Amino acid sequence: MSTYAHKKGFGATIWDYLTTVDHKKIGILYLMAGGFFFLVGGLEALFIRVQLAVPNNDFVSAGLYNEILTMHGTTMIFLAAMPLIFAFMNAAVPLQIGARDVAFPFLNSLGFWLFFFGGVFLNCSWFLGGAPDAGWTSYASLTMEAHTHGVDFYILGLQISGIGTLIGGINFLVTIVNMRAPGMTYMRMPLFTWSSFVTSALILFAFPALTVGLFLLMFDRLFGANFFDVAAGGNTIIWEHLFWIFGHPEVYILILPAFGIFSEIFATFSRKRLFGYSSMVFATVLIGFLGFMVWAHHMFTVGMGPIANAIFAVATMAIAVPTGIKIFNWLFTMWGGNIKFTTPMLYAVAFIPSFVAGGVTGIMNAVAAADYQYHDSYFVVAHFHYVIVGGVVLALLAGTHYYWPKMFGTLLNETLGKITFWLFLIGFHLTFFIQHFLGLMGMPRRVFTYLPNQGWETGNLISSIGAFFMGIAVIILLINVVMTQVKNVRVGNDPWGDGRSLEWAIPSPPPFYNFKQLPLVRGLDPFWIEKMEGKTEMTPAEPLGDIHMPNPSFLPVTISFGLFVAAFGALYHVDGKDWALPVLFVGMGITLISMLLRSVKDDHGFHIHKEDFENEDKGGRA
Amino acid sequence: MENLRPNSANPKADLNYRRKKNAEEMRYQVVSFALMIFLTLIAFAVVHFEGFSHWFVAPFIMLLAVVQVIFQLYYFMHMSHKGHETPQLFLFSGLSVALITVLTFVTITWI
Repeated sequence: MSTYAHKKGFGATIWDYLTTVDHKKIGILYLMAGGFFFLVGGLEALFIRVQLAVPNNDFVSAGLYNEILTMHGTTMIFLAAMPLIFAFMNAAVPLQIGARDVAFPFLNSLGFWLFFFGGVFLNCSWFLGGAPDAGWTSYASLTMEAHTHGVDFYILGLQISGIGTLIGGINFLVTIVNMRAPGMTYMRMPLFTWSSFVTSALILFAFPALTVGLFLLMFDRLFGANFFDVAAGGNTIIWEHLFWIFGHPEVYILILPAFGIFSEIFATFSRKRLFGYSSMVFATVLIGFLGFMVWAHHMFTVGMGPIANAIFAVATMAIAVPTGIKIFNWLFTMWGGNIKFTTPMLYAVAFIPSFVAGGVTGIMNAVAAADYQYHDSYFVVAHFHYVIVGGVVLALLAGTHYYWPKMFGTLLNETLGKITFWLFLIGFHLTFFIQHFLGLMGMPRRVFTYLPNQGWETGNLISSIGAFFMGIAVIILLINVVMTQVKNVRVGNDPWGDGRSLEWAIPSPPPFYNFKQLPLVRGLDPFWIEKMEGKTEMTPAEPLGDIHMPNPSFLPVTISFGLFVAAFGALYHVDGKDWALPVLFVGMGITLISMLLRSVKDDHGFHIHKEDFENEDKGGRA
Repeated sequence: MENLRPNSANPKADLNYRRKKNAEEMRYQVVSFALMIFLTLIAFAVVHFEGFSHWFVAPFIMLLAVVQVIFQLYYFMHMSHKGHETPQLFLFSGLSVALITVLTFVTITWI
């Protein structure tokens, strides 16, 4: 087995990515698929803003608007933000803990393909009779009344991609628990790894609630059950509870890795140890824990009564405490630091005021009595876009710039990066700041148009202009990516010059086995410690030995594709189509036979022999 | 893997220790197995006996079930051994999250 990368043809590269179980390549797959869905969701956002730019607009019809709005939310949360988070987790976490791969490389690939086919299935709805139109929350009182198959696409698509996410989360838990390099104790893990760890635990505990909710809804819609049918003794509020028991932790699943990415960036570009590392860890865990006890703050106006509302209001406000700890720690990390304003650092600095603004409106929403005014108004839209765009999306853009060299071996153009940053930041505030006031002036969310002379015209126009700033910013980012990859100027191990954690001690992109010898970790920011002692690489923790690697496999694609096919069968079965049941069985057959193949075929992987490394060191080709 | 190997060339080095340990382990398993069967019999007896109200029987059986789960986890699935701290942490945090959710439903939100 050669340790050198060979130039490959186009078809071979495609096949390589279809069958890969390497966490770095799966990270790239997540980045590309998530990036694609981010563009789709962004396009939907632009359609929304075009429609709302002027009163009485007829750019899209009311029904189509509902579909666009639903798909914008669903795509951005489930198909863009989640996979992009997973992209960086895959790209960075195994390197940061000094592992050669994740614990279950096959499952890692399976998780990606399940997400991908689930996302494709959901978006097939556009071409097959209409997309889901019940909002991304898909409240049962709306979905039970939906007469197109849109909602069924939502149910089955999210169910499939949800399995993928759950698999990914468990995989990272096992990886971080078991595969840390010698000396890498829990309290020496970089903060991005810590937040990935807590996020994975949240996925483990929160996604089952969504799975159960979708399962009940699937049985109601497709197989004649009555869980949410009030006329038959069901209860639609159960869906709201199940959805938000999942949905609120989901918000933290997204924001915690964002916090992690920013923690890395702040420490790196302030050239200082992260201030209050242990309190950061504590705050991360506490946010994760509290995230499970606040779901009903999305339901203040449901009529749960004053006691429930009061308790959930107080619990919600409590989350401001650990979040505040984090904000101050970031500020103190910068304090007295030797700051370099690179593109990622600009995102990080801009993130603090943007996210704090979102947090403050969050506390306002948490006041149950006041929430009766804000509920279902544009104030809420402004709030959650401030936390999701001002927190998660800024982190994803920052992470793209920060980890690009480690993922692709090239450095994105800094000038174009800064132009993207400024356009995006200005566009973001233009779009969403004014929406607070539109909400307070009474504009309800999820309306497809509005009448003139209510004082909403200027605000909406400004908001729409801002959206196009963000659109242009993303286009410039794409140009930047293409230009950088075409120029293909390779960078060294530590392109930012101030890397602190293990991933910057190895080549960019790392060889497929990551570490020739597992590194010895002597403290927090292990690479920084070695650099301060004048070394250029990590001290190895083991002698050079054979490395055991997993074999690539095509089965994850077929397992996921089978479910994709089966979902069409399940969806059209309810129409009484003759071909639906056979399609369902063929799809499940593909999946089950692939799983059987995986079980009966002994696949022990292969070894890279240490002699190959020794030859390589002497300049010979292995 | 290296550090898991015994540091003696003699394969019988800690055989006596392991034999003693295994016997002890077996004794615990048999005792807890007998107890579990006994608890099951009690559960059946309580249902069969007509003097108890439903309000006593249902919670009582649930209590017995909890005891059985603990036996199962600690003696049959070896959670009493060392090196199970992380599974315990996740088991109990998952359990506490689920229980708090259930508690919320039965006390303040009533669905």
